Amino acid sequence: MDKKSNKTIFWGLVVIAAMAVLSLGAEGIADATGQTLLMTVLKKGTVYALLVVSMNLLNGFTGLFSLGQAGFMLIGAYTYAILTIPVAKRAGVYQYYDGGIVQFSIPEAFSGLLGDLVGGVIGMVVTLLICGLLAALFGWLIGLPVLRLKSDYLAIATLGFAEIIRTFIQYESFAPLTNGSNTLRQYPTFKHLYPYVIIVGICILCIVLLVNSTYGRAFKAVRDDEIAAEAMGINLAKHKMLSFVISSFFAGVGGGLLAMYMSSVQAKGFTVAMTYEILLMVVIGGIGSISGSIIASYLFIGCSEWWLRFLDDPGNNPGGIKLLAPGFRMVVFSTFIMIVVLFFRKGIMGEKEFPDLLRRRPKKSEKEAAGK
Amino acid sequence: MLKIENLHVSYGGIQALRGISLEVPDGKIVTLIGANGAGKSTTLRTITGLVKAASGSVQWNGSELLGKPIDQIISVGIAMSPEGRRVFPDMTVLENLKLGAYLRKDKAEIEKDLSWVYELFPRLKERDWQVAGTLSGGEQQMLAVGRALMSRPKLLLMDEPSLGLAPLVVQDIFSIIGEINRQGVTILLVEQNANMALKIADLAYVLETGHITMSGTGAELLADEKVKEAYLGKHRGT
Repeated sequence: MDKKSNKTIFWGLVVIAAMAVLSLGAEGIADATGQTLLMTVLKKGTVYALLVVSMNLLNGFTGLFSLGQAGFMLIGAYTYAILTIPVAKRAGVYQYYDGGIVQFSIPEAFSGLLGDLVGGVIGMVVTLLICGLLAALFGWLIGLPVLRLKSDYLAIATLGFAEIIRTFIQYESFAPLTNGSNTLRQYPTFKHLYPYVIIVGICILCIVLLVNSTYGRAFKAVRDDEIAAEAMGINLAKHKMLSFVISSFFAGVGGGLLAMYMSSVQAKGFTVAMTYEILLMVVIGGIGSISGSIIASYLFIGCSEWWLRFLDDPGNNPGGIKLLAPGFRMVVFSTFIMIVVLFFRKGIMGEKEFPDLLRRRPKKSEKEAAGK
Repeated sequence: MLKIENLHVSYGGIQALRGISLEVPDGKIVTLIGANGAGKSTTLRTITGLVKAASGSVQWNGSELLGKPIDQIISVGIAMSPEGRRVFPDMTVLENLKLGAYLRKDKAEIEKDLSWVYELFPRLKERDWQVAGTLSGGEQQMLAVGRALMSRPKLLLMDEPSLGLAPLVVQDIFSIIGEINRQGVTILLVEQNANMALKIADLAYVLETGHITMSGTGAELLADEKVKEAYLGKHRGT
């Protein structure tokens, strides 16, 4: 840990604390005005911020074009749900499978040790960690054969694996564990916004520290020029795997959080379209920019939840075209993708981070003033 | 001292090196000249481990390098500035240089070497914040050399540092090569620009389709009729 990363940790924690306080404020306003949409956007946007950043770590910083995000999220979401449903409610959830084969709940176990509130929260956080670890394990297993592939082939292979994961979870023989194609529900969730903000904030801070470390530089080197990176002594296979596993880990944690936000999960929902949505946010925010990813996820969720819903309201929409209707939604998004790719190829932030915007310009003029 | 003996390398069915032997004594500049496809770059890439050899040996101070992973080869003190510069275009000059020291852990020493590289290439210091892709060709070449020096090599392998550069810039680069050598770094230089390379070299080898056909001091080869004809553009009949 050098001075710079200490500074990053300090400011990161300050920002997270500020965001947590702000989210309390937003929650107060939402409660007072009866405005539910704001909380939906903020919660979903926060969860997606982590998912988008984790995908950006892989696609933007390491240059591995992977489309397996939904698969790892699915592992995270299911792990969270399976491990946290209270024992008493399992019979109801797994109604077709005699209450399922998992007969314990991690938050309940911690509640028994540390009391309901503290133990419950610690149990949930520990389960999220397990979600990440399990997704990382799958990432490692899938990475072994897949990471030998390059660009498009890698995308196709990871896409395939994500679909395989989804199919396996819905497979009838695994149903006592996964509840088959039925929903998992009644697991504990965070009621407020701030726990989401804090967990996502800490995860993103970890990714920022990683990206700024020697490993992060090595990832970028692999992205820019594999042969030159190899000539610097960077082990390509090891670093690709590392990035893939870390990205899967955070996708798993994000999946767990998403399960919490949705309060019921079903494998059917985690389709390729979900990966595309996240990829779209990566592109809109700027491939290789973490702050861009965060901005894009709030913006995108804000638009899709509020803007399109507003347009779909019969009162505001004389044409009567339902822009958010399942089929038409993709038309709108596809058009959006085309506009972004054609006119905003570098996204909102390009490769810059938020602090760069404040810092770079004076530094440049300083250099010029020095007379080169 | 680097000692290559009877090295064979092939790409699929094509034999790129057909048993070459050469020596790079400590503290010298050794150059390898030859036409395109003679196997010059292959030699360098085999030394660093980017290409696997079929047979033969590459010894560094008596220990075998062939078959070792690249990171170990770099750790013993061999660095390469690759052909076509290959800087990391989307990263800043400083980040590029720091990547050169990727395998080193001694922060204070890295800082020292960074200022050494900046001393050798003041232009890089002026532009340390700039993205490498926006540098000119000459500056990118300087960066590639500087990046290789950041691993603090005892032996620096340079693959065509003059490629695509203006004559004046080439002279700059070559005078820096001399300077680096005077500071104690052994250099194995691969070049198309035979004139410049032979002038600076202590020892030189001529490579033709995978064989070494001639060797001697730089001055000897510079005066050699056959070399003149083939690589230095001597007019026939004069």
